[in-house]
Amino acid sequence: MKSVLPILTVIAAILLFWVVSVVPMNMHLVADQAQRDALVVTPDTPAARQDYSGTGLALRNPHLIPLTYTFVRPRLPSPHQVAGEMYKTIFGQKITSKRSLVFHGWVTLAPTLLGFLIGTTLGILLAVGIVYSRVMDLSVMPWAIVSQTIPILALAPMVIVVLGSMGVQGLIPKSIIAAYLSFFPVVVGMVKGLRGPDSMQLDLLRTYSASKSQGFWALRLPASAPYLFASLKIGISASLVGTIVAELPTGARAGFGARMLVGDQYGQPLVSWAALFAAAITAAALVGAFSVIERITLKRMGMNAS
Amino acid sequence: MMAIFGALVVWGAGWYLNIRLANGSHSNNPFVKALIPAIFGITLILVWELLVWAFDINPVILPAPSSIGARLMVEGPRLWADFQQTIIKGAMTGYILGGLAAFGVAILADRSDFLTRGILPVGGFMAALPIVGTAPIFVKWLGSDWESKAAVVAVMVFFPILVNTVAGLKDTSAMQRDLMRTYGAGYWPTLFKLRLPAAMPFIFNGLKIATTLALIGAIVAEFFGSPTVGMGFRISTSFGQLALDMVWAEIVVAALAGSGFYGAMTLIEKRVTFWHPSQR
Repeated sequence: MKSVLPILTVIAAILLFWVVSVVPMNMHLVADQAQRDALVVTPDTPAARQDYSGTGLALRNPHLIPLTYTFVRPRLPSPHQVAGEMYKTIFGQKITSKRSLVFHGWVTLAPTLLGFLIGTTLGILLAVGIVYSRVMDLSVMPWAIVSQTIPILALAPMVIVVLGSMGVQGLIPKSIIAAYLSFFPVVVGMVKGLRGPDSMQLDLLRTYSASKSQGFWALRLPASAPYLFASLKIGISASLVGTIVAELPTGARAGFGARMLVGDQYGQPLVSWAALFAAAITAAALVGAFSVIERITLKRMGMNAS
Repeated sequence: MMAIFGALVVWGAGWYLNIRLANGSHSNNPFVKALIPAIFGITLILVWELLVWAFDINPVILPAPSSIGARLMVEGPRLWADFQQTIIKGAMTGYILGGLAAFGVAILADRSDFLTRGILPVGGFMAALPIVGTAPIFVKWLGSDWESKAAVVAVMVFFPILVNTVAGLKDTSAMQRDLMRTYGAGYWPTLFKLRLPAAMPFIFNGLKIATTLALIGAIVAEFFGSPTVGMGFRISTSFGQLALDMVWAEIVVAALAGSGFYGAMTLIEKRVTFWHPSQR
């Protein structure tokens, strides 16, 4: 709770900087528009105005400054415009409407969660295989690590189109991207976690003459819980970003990614900005949910959640 | 039919060889340890090649590794130009700018507990802003050349480096700090002689995570506007021309660049943090 004040301070500082930046960023566009609306603008030709910076133009035309905050197609929308657009599209529409951000959010969230579930399950299984089989460890593990250095996210749109041409459509292609992105963080984290118990603990189980599966359920799996949660938090946000990127190609008509693209291409920056912030809030909420689950689980297991 | 059979034989032979090597008496030999993943990789590529032949898969869906290899040979100069535009100009510049900014903010935030507690959660939220939304905005502001890509990359790498640096700067024990105080060292000598060196393993962790992000940022940002050169531009236009082997050739270059970048950071880390237990 004692973090509330610092967070608010930082947010206030960012908002202040944002609000101040709105004027110079939009000034040229606003001046052009004002001239078309027959307002007095100095200097009075667009070419002459190009010689001035946004700030310089604002100082010469102080009467235009308020207009920069209500401009319809701003380069940088002001915070209250973004907040207003978000409020309008989240609460002001029926959630089944195509204008509702909740609708688009669900279109993005459903494949994210499905893919995340698939990716996490497969990741845990592969990690168990790697820990118990030396062949898999030596042959697959280096590739799992190398694959994390490959910018695979950049290929998501291609994968979607190729899958689409093979007849796979709807929820599944996006889930595959989301699954892929959450897969490797889970593998790498779980291998570390399952290997976590030291030789003393393993020896203790051997003196109890515990079988391999008992050792797994009673020692290795519980010991890997903190690592699993760390990986899950990385995996879920990677999955969400992956799904959004996967929505870019032609096929996507709904979802956060499609909203951002539509706003960008049809000159509706407010739509893009609202989707952008809604996506970030969704990601933060998902990660936050896992943090809460982590804290409760680790507490009940008698570990200290950090 | 022969090719399917061949693929099965290659797959079986690869696994058999690896099982023999991994369970054999030399399995701790570093050469064998490098050989096993190599065999696995080669097996995968051979199976891929044979299956593409066997099922006569349309190259528009999945090209054979041999045709990708041929593209890599023929298109060398163009791939090199794309590499320079995207990796050197876009990703590297952004990586360095973002890294320096994060480093500066971390040292600033570290001076006050109040700032640290404010910046980290807000930074976490900013890091969750998806690149698909930020990239078009930066392209609109800074134009379609490499400057906008560098800005996207800088924003993407900023947060992981910031978080790790802040965590690293806290990683000294009270005993160590007390020792510095008994030497009469002020804030700056303590920072440079004790806390920054102690933070290096954390900082490099952040730098290594950021390498992949930098490449992703530079490539994806090019989908939203670029000059007629660059890896992202080439991927999207080649894809439009259904030249999938060119797309894959760019992917190979990106993978090599990503691994090389990561590897270079690991090497520097080894030099800088030679004292750390994980390096000895």
